[in-house]
Amino acid sequence: MLTPQVLLRADMAWKSLLTSSSLPTSLPFASSQPVPLPFPMSHGTTTLAFLFQGGVLAAADTRSSCSGLVACPASQKILPIHSHLVGTTSGTSADCALWKRILSRELRLYQLRHGRRLSTSGAAKLLSHMLHPFKGTELCVAATLCGWDGGELFYVCSDGTRLQGKLFSVGSGSPYAYSILDQGVQWGLTVAEATSIAREAVFRATYRDAYSGNCVDIYHITSKGWTRRSVDRDVWASLLKLLPPRPDSATSSR
Amino acid sequence: MEYLIGIQGPDFVLVAADNVAASSIIQMKHDYDKMFKLSEKILLLCVGEAGDTVQFAEYIQKNVQLYKMRNGYELSPAAAANFTRKNLADYLRSRTPYHVNLLLAGYDDADGPGLFYMDYLSSLAKAPFAAHGYGAFLTLSILDRYYRPDLSQEEAVGLLKKCVEELSKRFILNLPSFNVRLIDKDGIHDMEKLTVSAV
Repeated sequence: MLTPQVLLRADMAWKSLLTSSSLPTSLPFASSQPVPLPFPMSHGTTTLAFLFQGGVLAAADTRSSCSGLVACPASQKILPIHSHLVGTTSGTSADCALWKRILSRELRLYQLRHGRRLSTSGAAKLLSHMLHPFKGTELCVAATLCGWDGGELFYVCSDGTRLQGKLFSVGSGSPYAYSILDQGVQWGLTVAEATSIAREAVFRATYRDAYSGNCVDIYHITSKGWTRRSVDRDVWASLLKLLPPRPDSATSSR
Repeated sequence: MEYLIGIQGPDFVLVAADNVAASSIIQMKHDYDKMFKLSEKILLLCVGEAGDTVQFAEYIQKNVQLYKMRNGYELSPAAAANFTRKNLADYLRSRTPYHVNLLLAGYDDADGPGLFYMDYLSSLAKAPFAAHGYGAFLTLSILDRYYRPDLSQEEAVGLLKKCVEELSKRFILNLPSFNVRLIDKDGIHDMEKLTVSAV
């Protein structure tokens, strides 16, 4: 009655879901020997998301790096999943993009089968369970799901973590962003104030973290859905005034 | 980094767990609950590798509830502890072992209160008091010194406070608050959170 076969069957159910014809058959399934990577994968980023009275705000930088190379200065790290759910991505860009698409597909299938949308909590649990068979492999996905069914924020990571919270920052630049956000984020912020502190937090992280940079993407989620509030100008150009002046600027006169 | 503690009295079990959910050097959550309710009078406290904890604890939780639905009565704490240990043991030598350390605390109407210590190597011991984590090194001798089998509830809470005080004094990591729960013949009771400033 109470046997591990229950878990094994559940595991195999997920595996059969994943080996359905829509996925390439060469996907490695929790192999004991990790396949060596052909080139270094993109990992560094700064993403953040928080709840406030005006909904949920998500922000991320747009730099995709491969070791020391900026592979793409204009990548999208915040991916809409459906009209009222957005996910920030961190880790390996390719893994995140793939798993976000899988999640969108599964959420849409759930909606069609059950006649209602899955909650953000359910979507986070679904993603967490889909990623579990790959624990211990090179798969690296760390996402925050920002949804509107009352305004909810979940952090899901490929190592199995799933946390609900009011404020998360993920990525190599996250410690720098946390310190700015912890000073200024509170429930009563206006949308403009929230946007401005999110941009400043990402900016300060891009100042210190080599693997974050370029522009800032901002998404605002409310009961009406998500809206994108990005400024496509490079964040450094627009927020340069926040930096201290160059030490030699007073003396140089070229 | 994480800390669990359990103290068994003559007719109750007192358990506490810290509230921090960390990811490398960052505290991602300050109010994380590490206790899983298996049934009306059984709690499973679970720490260890990220992801493994929730997956394993929820699996045990759902199976204990399934047993009640199928058979009409609940598993006793000792039975639940042995079931948990068997699952850990079965997975230990598989490709996907669960790296989790557990305390199972419960009240059996026939046998009274029980506290069970389990670790990631699937060892199981029924103990009058137990702790997991680096904090255990600092607090087990306090428990050795002051524990008596006939502790009252207030004395047990006082002993718990002594342990938390020692952690805040000597433990290198900051564990600001602890969830505290008590299990007795009337079920599971939430007690006041222990914060370092209040101790």
